[in-house]
Amino acid sequence: MNSVHASLKSEITSDVDWRKIRADFPILELTIDGKPLAYLDNAASSQMPQLVIDRLVRYQTKQHANINRAVHYLSEVATQEYHDARCKLQQFINAREDREVIFTSGTTDSINLVMQGYGRKFIQENDEIILTTLEHHSNIVPWQMLANEKGAKIRVVPINDKGELDVDEYERLFNEHTKFVSLIHVSNALGTINPIKRMIDFAHRYEVPVLIDGAQAAPHIPIDVQALNCDFYAFSAHKLYGPTGVGILYGKAALLESMQPYKGGGDMIASVTFEETIYNTIPHKFEAGTPPIAAAIGFGAAIDYLTAIGIENIAAYESTLLDYATGCLAQIPGVKIIGTAKEKTAVISFTIDGIHPHDIGTILNQDGIAVRTGHHCAQPVMQRFNVPATSRASFAFYNNKAEVDALIAGIKTVQKVFL
Amino acid sequence: MHTNSLYQEVILDHNRKPRNYGKLDQANHHAVGHNPLCGDRLDITLQLENEQICDIAFQGESCAICKASASMMTTAVKGKSRSDAEILIHEFRELATGKLDTGHPNHLGRLTVFSGIRDLPTRVKCAILPWHTLYAALNSISSTSTEANNDSSQAMSSHSAG
Repeated sequence: MNSVHASLKSEITSDVDWRKIRADFPILELTIDGKPLAYLDNAASSQMPQLVIDRLVRYQTKQHANINRAVHYLSEVATQEYHDARCKLQQFINAREDREVIFTSGTTDSINLVMQGYGRKFIQENDEIILTTLEHHSNIVPWQMLANEKGAKIRVVPINDKGELDVDEYERLFNEHTKFVSLIHVSNALGTINPIKRMIDFAHRYEVPVLIDGAQAAPHIPIDVQALNCDFYAFSAHKLYGPTGVGILYGKAALLESMQPYKGGGDMIASVTFEETIYNTIPHKFEAGTPPIAAAIGFGAAIDYLTAIGIENIAAYESTLLDYATGCLAQIPGVKIIGTAKEKTAVISFTIDGIHPHDIGTILNQDGIAVRTGHHCAQPVMQRFNVPATSRASFAFYNNKAEVDALIAGIKTVQKVFL
Repeated sequence: MHTNSLYQEVILDHNRKPRNYGKLDQANHHAVGHNPLCGDRLDITLQLENEQICDIAFQGESCAICKASASMMTTAVKGKSRSDAEILIHEFRELATGKLDTGHPNHLGRLTVFSGIRDLPTRVKCAILPWHTLYAALNSISSTSTEANNDSSQAMSSHSAG
């Protein structure tokens, strides 16, 4: 955690009853083969509090219709609720205007929207796009597709042995060909928090726009897009205690207005004839077709829930869990933590000598422990550390020390099986 | 799901001390198998004379289930005819995907130790990858994948996790 969170840690967490908060999540009461579930795969997808589940039920039972169309009662209610959800997201990231928040199907869709809408319009042959070694495949592949199409080049910021970006090298990559930077805020594979403010400011010296992939950051770090001054910011609801199938793209209004739409269809137009279509204003220009209305409203409810607890409180509590788990894991012989950045969210990637992550995951599952095993859609990170895969425990604010203890006991069982 | 019944001593032993591990210099059939979901990779070389598998070897990076399956597979098919090996490939796939009729006699012998894998859909591919790769080698397909959309992957398709 960064220094702000650390200083808040002691006084803030004492005000929150984390045991009571855990009870908000019905799925956590499950047992797996008689063992209590320890859900430590939150970086892949988080669980949903009852309040969000109830909100989805209320929408489907009392408020559902298509939006922006009919004049009847339900359509007006649904349109208003959908708009309110957008405003909640706007406030959550402190965007200047609600029209700067576009609902997408998730982070991947948001990145593709920028690649298609900005990249295909403005990136030319021999232009350079800067990415980092820490990127998730979803922030690599779209840019490769664009580079292949345009004859542009991808430049990659390296990382050190702790999994931290080499920011000096990042700054050296800039030249007159640099036209775009797309950068992960928090590494999904390692938990590294990148110094994005410094990196955004530097890119702006070259008048280069910056997209931040915030999928792993938004659930754990307060986001202020105006203070960051990023040009685009993307994240998903399902990693933020909301439903799958929805996310947002924040973009500065002037940039969004300059971009071409990515998908054509209903809702994104002002008028259509067979000769010409005039596009709707933002954000509608980028929301073709019926959007995931229920999921967006659920997303809004999740934002309300998180805001009530306070992202700062969440960050501080998760940081105590990270410290505890890191300390416990470091004491087990044969266990190696991959990614030891100074600034980290509560994600621990690890390997166990001589044991493949898939075998680790299967045996941990026997004890009710859910971890992710594999390359985490970040193969360049795996290659950098010369491992085919890792096991990853990623924590949320509903996790507790007892679950860390269960993980540690599970790892000892794994080692015993393979002794 | 009974993990203990999967990680039995015979599987752990083949993982620890894989048989026929390496690469044949004199191979006339060769294939590489990939499981793109986990990054596992398996290399199979074999010597086929008069439709008989005279020698076979494997190497690669993989989990214990995949490595033990490959090791036991090589011991099972070495010296067998192509057609006998293909019967085993078929039966092993049926076993791993839970489709094998255990009421009928089969040729799997000790390979039935992998029967527990049918309860772990995410791990079925780990066990099948070596057999999939053997099929490719016998049929001169140089590279294959558990996600491949060819005939040899039919047994996987029902368990495709994307």
